[in-house]
Amino acid sequence: MKIVKLKKENLYPFLEIISKDADLWAPAKKHEDRHVFKQVEDFEQIDLDYTRTILPPRNFLLPPEIRMFQASKSEYEPDFSHVTKKILFGVHPCDIHGLLIMDKFYTHMFDDPYFLEARKNALILGHSCWPDENCLCKSTNTHIVEEGYDLFFTDLGGNYLVWIGSSRGDDLIRMQPDLFEEDIADQDIQSFIRWREDRDKAFSTEINFTAMPDLMELKYHDPLWEDLGRACLACGSCSNVCPTCNCYNVEDNPVLGKNCSNINRCWDSCTLEYYSGVAGGENFREKRSDRLKLWYTHKLQAYISKYGKPACVGCGRCVVTCPVDINVLTVAKALDGNGIDSFWKRLSIEVSQ
Amino acid sequence: MNSKIETSIQDNAFLPEPARVISTRYLTKDVKFFQVRFTDMEKALSFKYEPGQFAMVSVLGAGEAPFCLSSSPSRPGLLEFCIQKKGRLTDAIFRLKENDLIGVRGPYGKGFPAKEMEGNDILIVMGGLGVAPLRSVLLYCLDNRDLFNRVILLHGAKTPTDMIFREEFLELKKREDLDCFLSVDKDESGIWEENIGVVTTLFPKIAAIDPSHTYGLVCGPPVMYKFVIDEFIKLKIPKDRILMTLERRMKCGVGKCGHCAIDYIYTCIDGPVFTYWDVIHMRELI
Repeated sequence: MKIVKLKKENLYPFLEIISKDADLWAPAKKHEDRHVFKQVEDFEQIDLDYTRTILPPRNFLLPPEIRMFQASKSEYEPDFSHVTKKILFGVHPCDIHGLLIMDKFYTHMFDDPYFLEARKNALILGHSCWPDENCLCKSTNTHIVEEGYDLFFTDLGGNYLVWIGSSRGDDLIRMQPDLFEEDIADQDIQSFIRWREDRDKAFSTEINFTAMPDLMELKYHDPLWEDLGRACLACGSCSNVCPTCNCYNVEDNPVLGKNCSNINRCWDSCTLEYYSGVAGGENFREKRSDRLKLWYTHKLQAYISKYGKPACVGCGRCVVTCPVDINVLTVAKALDGNGIDSFWKRLSIEVSQ
Repeated sequence: MNSKIETSIQDNAFLPEPARVISTRYLTKDVKFFQVRFTDMEKALSFKYEPGQFAMVSVLGAGEAPFCLSSSPSRPGLLEFCIQKKGRLTDAIFRLKENDLIGVRGPYGKGFPAKEMEGNDILIVMGGLGVAPLRSVLLYCLDNRDLFNRVILLHGAKTPTDMIFREEFLELKKREDLDCFLSVDKDESGIWEENIGVVTTLFPKIAAIDPSHTYGLVCGPPVMYKFVIDEFIKLKIPKDRILMTLERRMKCGVGKCGHCAIDYIYTCIDGPVFTYWDVIHMRELI
């Protein structure tokens, strides 16, 4: 791993050069207090002072709906038009960890070319961040990142320290090497150490994830799930914003008058009613509580059992998104014996009346 | 800024292979039998699979879904499916005529452990449409008869006309190397000469088995599992040698779309064949 220094005023010139033959995507303000990743033409739109974007970066690798094939009776023509050369600038460590989980998932036993091609054609330029009260990434150990990016920018006031994480990242630096400084002064190292210490102290929320697989097992029949099921709106928002949700549906949409079909793939969520329905009307998870349980079993139990860490990267998106406050933080707390949130209890009682 | 790129993916796991319908016939009033063959003859002959595996079958304009392979890998060339009319896709499949084109990709999933089963007694219990996946393993055992010890088949249906492959099974009763017992729940027509009663009433007809050298296989309507498994347990067949094949919604067949997830497993890549032990420790299976 190599680290170089970039003066802040040299950032835009650098972005200018590297975005010549790729689309530059970066965080930008949306409304008052929200941010989104969007394709930027004008660098002034970029706002790096953000905590989390509404949607995770997987959104621009696999958009909500893509066409997998244009199919006629005689031929299925694969469609990879969602794959473009992209540079994702300003990605936080938790989201890079999310991509690493997706990499593992989409190459397990079978490769998913629709994700992998998009991933291969995207350069990931990470950026340091500062936590708010909903950031759980220290608990999931995803607050720092050592792989999965091409370059990583740590903001130290007037300068960036830039980690070069891949050969492609090194190529980017070499496009305009005189923008970067190889010599990193003692003073820079000291300010990096201070920044790390301060940031570590800034985390205010903590959950013990290592106990989750056992707790999920022990509380499989806990009335907690029924209460949650009554409060849950089954809207699927948690899945839309989660950096590690990957479920999708496939639809064959005939094109009228053309004797061909668009085989489309679109995001899906296990909290939606017909997610586990099969032909003939049987539904394996008719109850909302069962579907919620699957969501949380998958993130907090199954993935830990399989890979030794949760499929949650602590980004806090579900915390700020769920309209009824069912999220990784509150569910983990409830499982940990902190009792069921009074809000859910009230909601659950109101709904059942 | 031209960021469009030309992509050619050689190995697209989601791309169906074209196949032709060779023959169709009704097995019961709502179950039809299909023989299909890949249009590419080389592919047709090299398509290797295990009994119990499934394939994704698609009809243009109607969709794609998983269907278990009812044919046996011991009879290469043709793929066979037993399909019940249930929805939009199966409606379209029922309308298929000989020589029509469909899409097939696979084989997927973990089938029956044929190699481990060698040298053992094989007790197969099927009910209703459960014939579809178990026919594959039955034909496999019969085609490789020397590899297995006793082969016992119990087959139940609601009425004689609901019995899938009735004539074939009645014919199988003549074989000396197979203990074949058939039963129907009721027979108002009075044509049925075999046992009447649910499939578990056939268990007493089985001559004593050596449970430590027996595999018990079951597939049928959901209600059947509990009762048949109880009988297997009474026979003292070990829990990890009781095998069953399960159904889930699937959109990919290769562990990506998530619909068939149960606990930490995906039915499509970790199943669809599971042991009774799997079922006990992963509560949502049946």
